[in-house]
Amino acid sequence: MNKFTLPLVAFTALVAVLAVGLTLNPRAVPSPLIGKPAPDFKVARLDDPNLEFSTGDMAGKVWLLNVWASWCVACREEHPVLVAYAKSESAVPIIGLNYKDKRDDGLLWLARYGNPYQLSAFDADGRVGIDYGVYGVPETYLIDKAGRIRFKQTGPITAAALEKNILPLIKELNR
Amino acid sequence: MKWLLAALTALCFIQPALPSPAAPLAEDPVIEQRFNHIAEELRCLVCQNESLAGSRAELAMDLKREVRDLIKAGKTDAQVKEFLVTRYGDFVLYRPPLKPTTYLLWAGPFALQLVGIALLVRYLRRRNRKDGRKALNEAEKERVDAL
Repeated sequence: MNKFTLPLVAFTALVAVLAVGLTLNPRAVPSPLIGKPAPDFKVARLDDPNLEFSTGDMAGKVWLLNVWASWCVACREEHPVLVAYAKSESAVPIIGLNYKDKRDDGLLWLARYGNPYQLSAFDADGRVGIDYGVYGVPETYLIDKAGRIRFKQTGPITAAALEKNILPLIKELNR
Repeated sequence: MKWLLAALTALCFIQPALPSPAAPLAEDPVIEQRFNHIAEELRCLVCQNESLAGSRAELAMDLKREVRDLIKAGKTDAQVKEFLVTRYGDFVLYRPPLKPTTYLLWAGPFALQLVGIALLVRYLRRRNRKDGRKALNEAEKERVDAL
């Protein structure tokens, strides 16, 4: 064995480890909620403070919970994807969670950019967001018929992400 | 002139208002102390290199409010951390718990240290052996010379 063999092997191994590290996203925080029951909440609706939305209303359905806000720039990027999806035939209901927003701003935003939501719940102080482990809006949760979180998208849903990650899972859950 | 002197004298007595590190919302010092202790150990999810205590991000402020409320509600430190871990994962802890996925993280530095020590010992032994042989040769040379 050449005396350079060992250092070379060690160096190559180090480079390999660092190369893998470079491809990982340090901002991606794996959600501990995947596979767990979606936290229950009951809050007022965005469009009407006198009406309430409860997660119980969605029991037995596959649905999407999309956390959004009028102050969120990335939400604007994602919004057309959701609007287009909501119009498609096999679309599951999307419930919006208007997160730490002002009621008027939220409603104006929907009027301007379109409303893909069956309804939006109004989470003014961000408490529901904390229960769902929201740390960067937009975030989207896919919840199954038994009320379990099956998938979480942190950051905007792109058309590609919808096609590749979310739609196949919805199909499977709806079977 | 007199009024100017008076004004200047008065200025000397004004003390700059120092901002306290974590603006205490709760007046209870015991709660504040526990709060600061816990918040130092938690990671802010928005500015990931900051502790919850040091961060002024919107979410951090909300989480701090939540932590204060939990302490006031009589939860133990472990329960408060549990509350955050069930929502955000071990990621929020600056001191991750020991479990199969973190064995390497905890044991890695010590394993590397052991490898380093082993290599050092091997190297030193080899060098000593070589030196010994040389020294002997020198001595032999001298004896040869003397003869």
